[in-house]
Amino acid sequence: MGVRDWLNERLRYEAAQAFLEKKAVPVHRYAVTYYTGGVTLFFFVVQVLTGLLLLMYYRPASDAAFESVRLIIAKVRFGWLVRNIHVWSANAMVGAAVLHLAATFFSRAYRKPRELTWVSGVLLLGVTLAFAFTGYLLPWNTLAYFATKVGTEIAGDVPVIGRALMVLLRGGEDITAATLIRFFGIHVAILPALATVLLGLHLTLVQIHGMSRPISVRVRGEERFYPEFMLRDFIVWVVLLGGLAVVATLWPWPLGEKADPLAPAPAGLRPEWYFLFMYQTLRMIPGRIAGLEGEAVGVTLFALTGLALLLVPFLDCWAQREHKHPLFPALGAAAFAFVLLMTALALVAGM
Amino acid sequence: MDELSARPQRIRRRRFLDYSFGAALAALAGTVLYPVINYLIPPKTKEITHQAVVAGKAGELPSNSGKIFAFEGRPAIVLRTPDGEVRAFTAVCTHLACNVQYRPDLQHIWCACHDGHYDLHGQVLSGPPPRPLVEYKVTLKGEDIIVSRT
Repeated sequence: MGVRDWLNERLRYEAAQAFLEKKAVPVHRYAVTYYTGGVTLFFFVVQVLTGLLLLMYYRPASDAAFESVRLIIAKVRFGWLVRNIHVWSANAMVGAAVLHLAATFFSRAYRKPRELTWVSGVLLLGVTLAFAFTGYLLPWNTLAYFATKVGTEIAGDVPVIGRALMVLLRGGEDITAATLIRFFGIHVAILPALATVLLGLHLTLVQIHGMSRPISVRVRGEERFYPEFMLRDFIVWVVLLGGLAVVATLWPWPLGEKADPLAPAPAGLRPEWYFLFMYQTLRMIPGRIAGLEGEAVGVTLFALTGLALLLVPFLDCWAQREHKHPLFPALGAAAFAFVLLMTALALVAGM
Repeated sequence: MDELSARPQRIRRRRFLDYSFGAALAALAGTVLYPVINYLIPPKTKEITHQAVVAGKAGELPSNSGKIFAFEGRPAIVLRTPDGEVRAFTAVCTHLACNVQYRPDLQHIWCACHDGHYDLHGQVLSGPPPRPLVEYKVTLKGEDIIVSRT
């Protein structure tokens, strides 16, 4: 008892516990969507921990990066496991974040007073994708090399600032050793710093506002967040951890071959699945649209869509008045269908 | 028997579940920590097993001088005594692993970190080193000073 009192006097953890016990989670037929955020957070934590482990052996230099990853996979004990979990969990995190976005969007959880929670969430999705994009280059294999080349080339199509953005990303005109160091720095320092601030804000806001109740959904009561909901959250996490271990063991992520800037690009080069829809769209856009370069038009449209997504809580004036208007779910469903269709087309074309 | 049945059943079940939960958590932690700790142990780098190493040219080593060279990936010292004899030792101080050096003014081996002194046979003269330096075998082949393990 002594230790507990001593700690409580200093940490006031009983206040935090009381707060957690007071926090309630509404129970209704869509309540399962409340887990999506926790699942995303779980994968993020896995990424942080496995990423820190990979830092013990990874060497961010163009002449050593590939070899160091091979060392991790082949020589370091359980290195293959740590690396495979990092890659698989990265994919799972993107998936979980998108699910979380969909759940929040379709239940209109972004409405007053949670606008900033939504904005920080969309920014976190951007950070997640940036993590995925920069991390992809780090093993310095052929696929990553050319994917980064294409990806940064697309960034060059952003109107006005595109060219400068591309040079800034690449650390020069081309993908070189400088790009690798730059991506490494972005991946392990800049993005983690951004993610920490945004995630801190995001989670604090969730604590302040509590769980959103969807408009006109019959709530069958509520349960305490602590310990009931939190324990079930943990059970989901343990199951996911086991799943990750199984997937990482049975389906090792291939390392490929070391990048050779002078070699021809490999056939069937495609981005990761979460970028496929953009890739396919840009491929299908005609070369010239009304006197403008097609690629630039496509990239501009994507940038505007991203901006619109960020501003959803301010655009959906019906939800602000607790009114269910079908326009936004329809727009969301259309966007979702478009992404699915383009991804499917890209997959079919690639087979 | 009477005492046992008098105990409230619920408490015993609760305690059993608590212990089971704790044990499950500990097992989970162990499952995660086992690979992590193993991962942190660095893999063995290739053993450098040179039988013999050329430490330098005999002509480049005047008497009463010493020179550090690499032997099996670690520093070693070759020296010529004031009497003209060539000897070689590990150059890693047995105290806290600094590199030793030959002091022509003292005419013996010295470690600068904590003022350890070794004589020309690697034996400790004074200072903190607990053990003598390991001596290597020196053979002269033409101009080459060849050092190997004894």
